[in-house]
Amino acid sequence: MVTTNENPAAKTRFWNDEKTRGIIYQVVTAALVAFIGYYLISNVQDNMAKQSIASGFGFLEKEAAFEIGEKSIEYSAADSYGRALVVGVINTLKVSLIGILLTTILGTIIGVCTLSSNWLISKLGTIYVEVFQNIPVLLQLFFFYALFYEAFPGPRQALNPISGVFISNRGIDFAIPAQHLAWSYMVNAFLAASVITFFMVRWARKRQERTGQQFPSFWLGLGLLAGLPLLTWVVCGAPTELDIPALKGFNFQGGKNISPEFSALLFGLVLYTASFIAQIVRAGIQSISHGQTEAAMSIGLKTKHVLSLVIFPQALRVIIPPLTSQLLNLTKNSSLAVAIGYPDFVQVAGTTINQTGQAVEGVALMMVVYLTLSLLTSVFMNWYNKKIAIIER
Amino acid sequence: MSTNSEVANIKPPAIDVGVLGWVRSHLFNGTLNSIATIFLLLVGVKFIPQFIQWAFIDSVWFTSGQECHEAKGACWSVVTQNIRFNVFGYYPYEHQWRPLVAMIILISMLVYSRDWKKWNRRLGYLWLFALFIMGLLMKGGLFGLVSVESTKWSGLPLTLLLSFFGILASYPLGVALALGRQSTMPVIKAFSVVYIELIRGVPLITMLFMSSVMFPLFLPEGVTIDKVLRAQVAIIIFTAAYVAEVVRGGLQAMEKGQAEAAESLGLNYFQKMRLVILPQALKIVIPPTVGILISAFKDTSLVVIIALYDILNTTKSILNVPEWTGFSTEAYIFVALIYFFFCFSMSRYSRHVEAELEYTTENK
Repeated sequence: MVTTNENPAAKTRFWNDEKTRGIIYQVVTAALVAFIGYYLISNVQDNMAKQSIASGFGFLEKEAAFEIGEKSIEYSAADSYGRALVVGVINTLKVSLIGILLTTILGTIIGVCTLSSNWLISKLGTIYVEVFQNIPVLLQLFFFYALFYEAFPGPRQALNPISGVFISNRGIDFAIPAQHLAWSYMVNAFLAASVITFFMVRWARKRQERTGQQFPSFWLGLGLLAGLPLLTWVVCGAPTELDIPALKGFNFQGGKNISPEFSALLFGLVLYTASFIAQIVRAGIQSISHGQTEAAMSIGLKTKHVLSLVIFPQALRVIIPPLTSQLLNLTKNSSLAVAIGYPDFVQVAGTTINQTGQAVEGVALMMVVYLTLSLLTSVFMNWYNKKIAIIER
Repeated sequence: MSTNSEVANIKPPAIDVGVLGWVRSHLFNGTLNSIATIFLLLVGVKFIPQFIQWAFIDSVWFTSGQECHEAKGACWSVVTQNIRFNVFGYYPYEHQWRPLVAMIILISMLVYSRDWKKWNRRLGYLWLFALFIMGLLMKGGLFGLVSVESTKWSGLPLTLLLSFFGILASYPLGVALALGRQSTMPVIKAFSVVYIELIRGVPLITMLFMSSVMFPLFLPEGVTIDKVLRAQVAIIIFTAAYVAEVVRGGLQAMEKGQAEAAESLGLNYFQKMRLVILPQALKIVIPPTVGILISAFKDTSLVVIIALYDILNTTKSILNVPEWTGFSTEAYIFVALIYFFFCFSMSRYSRHVEAELEYTTENK
């Protein structure tokens, strides 16, 4: 008996064994991918050698020889490609960060509006969501950009809605406080107030958890954040001088200018993404059952506490993951800047590719920058999501 | 008894029912809401007549650009006078009925197969036949139809082509990637994860840039692929990653019992997937798939950046003609309406399917 009963695994042929077959599949896939990769790379090398295009990232050191219209750091045509690309990254970050902030606020407001008991408000909210969601963001960018150039007058007849603000087809010019030492001191005072508020809120929460006593940390924090800079301003002699933009020749001098490209890009991105965020916020609030509200009211919470302590923290858990992907979409969509001439990273990289012909390196740089941005955003949002997630036993 | 009937005869107060009641409970419930309603009505009274005056009363519809510049209102002539170029672009003028027929076939096929209960083998063959006819109409070269180069394809047909084939071709790739991501084999799983996350992390523009400047370098010497096809490949590669994530959601929603039951019947991996898992998983992801189709449709407008003439770019080139510069509001509103029509009907459809799926699962 023992001798005839062979090991059943020995009977199956090796190609019928699941484990062996798995290994074969994987080896074949890896070999195929490696072969395709090798083939493409060798083609690229051949083609680049024939067209005498340099390879490698040496071009980053070379002189860029093109101007960039909008820059937050010193840059001129004599600077290197590397520096030009950094200017582009900063421009991308600038429009993305401001856009993320504004679109979150606008999207939340509209999302709450669609749930309003006022028929007019909720219908307007729904119409907004449907219209802006169903029109390509690029078309919206073109529309706002064209609006700036066609609907707004030249600098000489600039619209002047509030004194110190001028809207023309050269963008929005507005007055800023003139150079004074007090302003930098005020920024420092604000930072100090933020740090103090942060620790105060933490202390107040700990104390409430321990003893149940509440501390008016919100109002005190607000007072600190507003009061400390104000105090600094008064101590420094309360400077009120403004740098008002004035018409010189064909354009405004002084003040601060927001270019039409930047405005159109920001407008388009914010309005488009807000329509998606509004839907997410609405779904999040609707996902909380009415029993939660009733339970919170029956233990005697005020309406504002029902919202802030019961409904909102729970809705946030539903809202955060899809919100993250929308904010990432906004960052990625900011690359559409290239279509209306705002010098974001893709535009600068595109110009670089055109001038040097090093397409592979250029596209690789684009991918690396956007992947890094995506990764950073999702790491932050995942951290936040974990922080607010339900703590289970 | 008599008191009861008296009570029944008392009517509710006039301001609680009918139009008045509706207005009171929907527009003026509370001080804040009343203020908001009045404010919005005032804004409406100020701006809506202005808009109607501009768009309909002072507007001109069938004039030359010269007369448009003199008119006070909207110049819809920019749309009506250029409609054929706007919709069909550089497709030869006398053959423009061909893309028109192709588009009509595509749309009627889509409308015809909207009900997923009707999907069967015969419909599949019908689709193959329809695709062949559409290809023949667009490309020509057979049965006495003049051949038209794909570089001439532009306007709305190009937009529809890129988005429809984008999702059609990316679907099998996406399903394969989703299965790869679920796989227990580490190498295959790693490739799928890297592909999906890499593509989802970068904007479509980088893919299109790749298609326009990098693909030519990838090919051996002497081989060229035309621009439309390259953009189409970029869109397929891009869309596949998103399809994969949607399909993964469907796969994860499947009960484990289904897979175990299939295995205990003696089905191998491919039979299990093809006969048991995928038919169920793909059905529940119809609504999010339509969502991807909508974004693919909107995203095809990005080919403007690599100088393909989709409907947005034909509009832009009309606006570059001196006769028609300055009327971008009107022209863009027209294109926006076209996009809105397609996207809105698709999203309505996806909501309809969603409701239907929920209904069938609840009645099980």
